Amino acid sequence: MAMTGVLRPGHAQVRVLDLEESVRFYRDVLGLVETGRDAQGRVYFKCWDERDHHSYVIRESDRAGIDFFGFRVLNTAELDRLEADLNAYGLATERIPAGEMLETGERVRFTLPSGHAIELYAEKTKVGNGIPLINPAPWSLQREHGIGPVRLDHALLYGPNVAEVQKIFTEVLGFYLVERVLTPDGNANAAIWLSCGQKVHDIAFAEYPEPGKLHHCSFLMESWDQVLRAGDIMSMNTVPVDIGPTRHGVTRGCTIYAWDPSGNRFETFFGGHLPYPDYETLTWTFDNFGQGLDYPQRKLHETFLTVVS
Amino acid sequence: MDKNEQPAEETRMPHTVTIEDTGERYTCAGEESLLSAMARLGRRGIPVGCRGGGCGVCKVEILSGEFGTRAMSRDHVDDSDRAAGRLLACRVYPASDMSLKVVGKLQKSVCRPDRPVSSVTPPVTR
Repeated sequence: MAMTGVLRPGHAQVRVLDLEESVRFYRDVLGLVETGRDAQGRVYFKCWDERDHHSYVIRESDRAGIDFFGFRVLNTAELDRLEADLNAYGLATERIPAGEMLETGERVRFTLPSGHAIELYAEKTKVGNGIPLINPAPWSLQREHGIGPVRLDHALLYGPNVAEVQKIFTEVLGFYLVERVLTPDGNANAAIWLSCGQKVHDIAFAEYPEPGKLHHCSFLMESWDQVLRAGDIMSMNTVPVDIGPTRHGVTRGCTIYAWDPSGNRFETFFGGHLPYPDYETLTWTFDNFGQGLDYPQRKLHETFLTVVS
Repeated sequence: MDKNEQPAEETRMPHTVTIEDTGERYTCAGEESLLSAMARLGRRGIPVGCRGGGCGVCKVEILSGEFGTRAMSRDHVDDSDRAAGRLLACRVYPASDMSLKVVGKLQKSVCRPDRPVSSVTPPVTR
């Protein structure tokens, strides 16, 4: 598939209640690589195999939750085109100057009807993954520190007006709907999984009355073994685990949901099927949501629906 | 916490926590949060959420007792909550015997008859 336009999730900025406690968690337990700190006090991380300067940024606040989620686009021409398309669709955008975020070019920010701030950007310094571009080894020692995910994979966000959000992603930003869960009456979508490439999802949304909520940011593991190892490391460090290790019916991904020290949920994720844009959307009825969430246990864990930050 | 006492002694000492709504009592050591000790009551549906002060499902109102707290999200505990002792049980650590009332989502779980959860509210609640 020729990828143009929006390429991939590029960064999430998440609020934490205690910065240094959270730095220790993300660096030493989750095993992200710390790549910088800025004058605002934000701390920047990347996963070991990511090449761009950062993918996950935390800042101290008196509220948990997510500030914004950003996508990397192909180039500045695509950034300009996508901004014009958003404006033509009726969405206001704002340009955040280059350098406001470390090693990052100009960002186009807009707010979804779900209350979430989304960003697009075309430039971020490539710092590499610690492996040479010529004759590369398959991994570096950074992989062995903590849980050690490969990349920031996706986020699930909770808020109102999911139908409107779906239109923006599919009609303006070039995403397609991979899977969905219907509302109990079957007339609308309670949750949607959207892809901009061939990943099973790059972002997902669930209908929720409060705007702007974070359900989780997800980190990709290389194998089911690595997900189980992540569970071991969570327990060794008394990380509060929500669900798993198990397999989702939706996406077929293997998963553990757990919480960071401020109550922001995160996921260690592996697998999922490989969709194409011409594939039909997979649909789950609400009475099968339990299987969608936790296929072996067929259980709609109440925390999945009610606990967000 | 009484400054004359050794914190180490204080944290080892089990305190008695009374849930005024039901009269139930449970013990909670000083290094343990009110929520994690309450969860040992084994009552179904005690909403143990994020345990990090971020999600707000475990709100209680402290009626008496000495305690310490850790950071909790202002989305769920504002200044008036704090002044009234309405705090998240996952972030409150007892330094004496305490009594509390359960509020919000916790109230529904703790005060209802002890029976299985028969249905789950769908996320669409408008």
